[in-house]
Amino acid sequence: MATLSPFLSKTPLSNTPTISFSSSISTPLKWKSITSFSPSGSSSSRSRRRIFIVQSKIREIFMPALSSTMTEGKIVSWIKSEGDVLSKGESVVVVESDKADMDVETFYDGILAAIVVPEGESAPVGAAIGILAETEAEVAQAKAKAASAGAAAPASHPVASTPVPAVSPPEPKKVAESAPSVARKTVATPYAKKLLKQHKVDINSVVGTGPFGRITPEDVEKAAGIAPSKSVAPSAAPAALPKPAPAAAPAAPLLPGSTVVPFTTMQAAVSKNMIESLSVPTFRVGYPIITDALDALYEKVKPKGVTMTALLAKAAAMALVQHPVVNASCKDGKSFTNNANINIAVAVAINGGLITPVLQDADKLDLYLLSEKWKELVEKARSKQLQPHEYNSGTFTLSNLGMFGVDRFDAILPPGQGAIMAVGASKPTVAADADGFFSVKSKMLVNVTADHRIIYGADLATFLQTFSKIVENPESLTL
Amino acid sequence: MHCSAAFSQAATSATAVPTISGSRHVGALHSSSSSSSCTLLIPSKPINLRFCGLRREAFGFSPSAFTRCSNSQRVQLPSRRRFKGSNVCASLGDNGIPKSFDYDLIIIGAGVGGHGAALHAVEKGLKTAIIEGDVVGGTCVNRGCVPSKALLAVSGRMRELQSEHHMKALGLQVHAAGYDRQGVADHANNLATKIRNNLTNSMKALGVDILTGVGTILGPQKVKFGTDNIVTAKDIIIATGSVPFVPKGIEVDGKTVITSDHALKLEFVPDWIAIVGSGYIGLEFSDVYTALGSEVTFIEALDQLMPGFDPEIGKLAQRVLVNPRKIDYHTGVFATKITPAKDGKPVTIELIDAKTKEPKDTLEVDAALIATGRAPFTNGLGLENINVVTQRGFVPVDERMRVTDANGNLVPHLYCIGDANGKMMLAHAASAQGISVVEQVTGRDHVLNHLSIPAACFTHPEISMVGLTEPQAREKAEKEGFEVSVAKTSFKANTKALAENEGEGLAKLIYRPDNGEILGVHIFGLHAADLIHEASNAIALGTRIQDIKFAVHAHPTLSEVLDELFKAAKVNF
Repeated sequence: MATLSPFLSKTPLSNTPTISFSSSISTPLKWKSITSFSPSGSSSSRSRRRIFIVQSKIREIFMPALSSTMTEGKIVSWIKSEGDVLSKGESVVVVESDKADMDVETFYDGILAAIVVPEGESAPVGAAIGILAETEAEVAQAKAKAASAGAAAPASHPVASTPVPAVSPPEPKKVAESAPSVARKTVATPYAKKLLKQHKVDINSVVGTGPFGRITPEDVEKAAGIAPSKSVAPSAAPAALPKPAPAAAPAAPLLPGSTVVPFTTMQAAVSKNMIESLSVPTFRVGYPIITDALDALYEKVKPKGVTMTALLAKAAAMALVQHPVVNASCKDGKSFTNNANINIAVAVAINGGLITPVLQDADKLDLYLLSEKWKELVEKARSKQLQPHEYNSGTFTLSNLGMFGVDRFDAILPPGQGAIMAVGASKPTVAADADGFFSVKSKMLVNVTADHRIIYGADLATFLQTFSKIVENPESLTL
Repeated sequence: MHCSAAFSQAATSATAVPTISGSRHVGALHSSSSSSSCTLLIPSKPINLRFCGLRREAFGFSPSAFTRCSNSQRVQLPSRRRFKGSNVCASLGDNGIPKSFDYDLIIIGAGVGGHGAALHAVEKGLKTAIIEGDVVGGTCVNRGCVPSKALLAVSGRMRELQSEHHMKALGLQVHAAGYDRQGVADHANNLATKIRNNLTNSMKALGVDILTGVGTILGPQKVKFGTDNIVTAKDIIIATGSVPFVPKGIEVDGKTVITSDHALKLEFVPDWIAIVGSGYIGLEFSDVYTALGSEVTFIEALDQLMPGFDPEIGKLAQRVLVNPRKIDYHTGVFATKITPAKDGKPVTIELIDAKTKEPKDTLEVDAALIATGRAPFTNGLGLENINVVTQRGFVPVDERMRVTDANGNLVPHLYCIGDANGKMMLAHAASAQGISVVEQVTGRDHVLNHLSIPAACFTHPEISMVGLTEPQAREKAEKEGFEVSVAKTSFKANTKALAENEGEGLAKLIYRPDNGEILGVHIFGLHAADLIHEASNAIALGTRIQDIKFAVHAHPTLSEVLDELFKAAKVNF
């Protein structure tokens, strides 16, 4: 009940939980001076206004927020009907939230001029559901207002005294392929259907990957661009307890003048991931790539907002399409987890930390969309607004230190992924071609670290070969 | 389908031992008995003695002991001399001429109803036998409330451990709750075995003869069991119970299309299961399956889910038990044809509109549980030998559980209790009916008030009820011309519920404001099944609100929800 501070609430032990709405102030009529309006409706200010200002006392009854999670409510029944005279404290309407049915009572005396949202229909929190007029004379005016309120989109209604919880469902993401056009009807599981509704995803945009081609909750989450939540309790075997960490070595004494600064949350996460990475047997393969063509392309597309990161991510994604094993991961040491999407995580240093925003479906988005997406992700990362699925859904990581002049380096494989690519700077280098002619070409060294449980030397070598072909003939990147 | 907890309580408590376990009494037992059934009682099994002692206490009877072990040899404990007279009567015929019957009472069916009747019969000094064609314990213990409670205990914990929000609010951290299906299934099976043994031992300890074989009534006061054993008894109680009801068109293969009998073995946990019927059984299984990771689709013939419950409770229950879970539903439809999964095809369910009979939809799921209710198990009982015709399989009885024949006349010395008569298909109702019959045959008229029998559904949280629903009460009030009032309290205001972080819940009292009579109480919330008894006892004993509202409840306890409820009622008295 604490979240309902704007409302007076009766004791919850009465027959029906009751809640009051403050029916005014949400939208004073346009010509009315807002400053003259007191939200508390104290009698002194009201009477002053009566004298000095021509005031219309038409108030909206709006959908109250009855719980912290409520986003919309359904009108169970109107206790009063249009034309009824209401007195302060009387119950007017019964609203059903996600949690309970509540009687809603008025703070003001007046006449219920119009019902905007009829019984059985739903309205978002804060939308006008009825209009209250103070006098008989204003009923007609109120009705006109009701008509316009009914026409206007209720969601755009400003809310003054009931803050709408800032819950905006993630934008549904288009899935490249539409459902296969088979005559079979689409089957979705109960939870998948709930998620479709919750994330406002069109069922036709989701490809079912479950048994018999049915749409599973994971499919919907994927389509909505959310990291699939852990499934409830699938483990047929009891989860093994994590091994206790080996006892820490006795700490060396602090040198005089040194300070100890505890990790931030992000740093702690990095530390944890790095320790975890030690349990994966990795190996590294390097490859030189001539970038003259890529540099030329970059100069061309740069004015359109394309960054080198986007170019490299796109190139890596396209190479991964041909080498899916490099996009796979090994979760349990016993199996390949083949990822359906190619999500390129790109390491970014941000004030005192490291984060890897993820370009989801990098193989499917075009270069310009990818660049735009990347810009957006970097901004979000800087303002610490990345959602978990935007930094932990990567299937392959790209780390570029070339801009600092680093010519080659070696990256640590993040847990849960199969491979990470470390990109060095592109530098003019003397090269000999097949005929023995020398020339100066820009050469970049890339170095991939991979999990040898699933990715073997030849896999990585052929992947790099493909990658270098794409970079050396970069026209396909813009297609 | 729902047992009273008496058995399990008895097994774990030892309060009533003293009167029986003294070595002096044991010695007396030994010396005065010679039959084989008596040797079973002897001393080395104090647990059996303890059991019956508690049972007596649970029913509020004065401490007395077993009657006789076999034939006429009787063990007499000092405290039960006053029963002597009734014992003599019991072995006399109707007209006072001694007839020789093998037993005073034979009960056909050793389920919970038969067991309750047998124990009370012994209490009253009757020489009693119980015939069982399958396993002792019947549906409740083997294929019903007992194993399902084991599964629900698991599901409750899983649900709690998986609720990150709930755990966080309590300050707990739990990582990755998982389960081992076989381990869960074993828990259910072990519990059933344990309770079955307790039940068997308690009867043996009291000297009830357990006769193995299918029982058939040959004629008045004469029963055959097994292939050719014939026994006679002064009175006979039919307590053969019920089996899951499977509507036409549904093919049960026991693997992908199952009834509660199979589901309780938990042989597999499907990804997606359709549950046909949203009553107690369906609801409890939805709780189990969703906690174990399945998704559930309810198929309900009526327009509302949970049609048997008070509408307000049903609505709240739907909000808590269905809507937020991985459950969807189809209401107002019949499943006309259900085909098990085979040849690489899923289970298919054909739905038609319940009113128009138009085909409506076809579902494809991984499994289907048929929870459409239970059918009486009365075939082969030999009812034709005494001119009794069943009604849809149920044995017709009057309010005293006396069986009536095809002409509507009472069949002398024949009673039917429990699911087989269909009055109230609950384990504890069967037991209460059995006790009522024993009261009658031992000379004390007794009519059981079914409106005082509580019922419970063991979801998380639980649902319980006793008496009338609000619509039933209003209909009755309309007819009889009295006023009905309703009082409600919320678990949100209860300290103990809030401490458990389980404030979701409602208790509802339906009563007569003119005289304070309790017409019905419905509870949805934490431990509702345990809370209902204050109300059911009040109804059984005729306690009025104006009296019970002064009873004191310990603080802080969940029972204060009922305290508040009684205090919230406004009686014009």
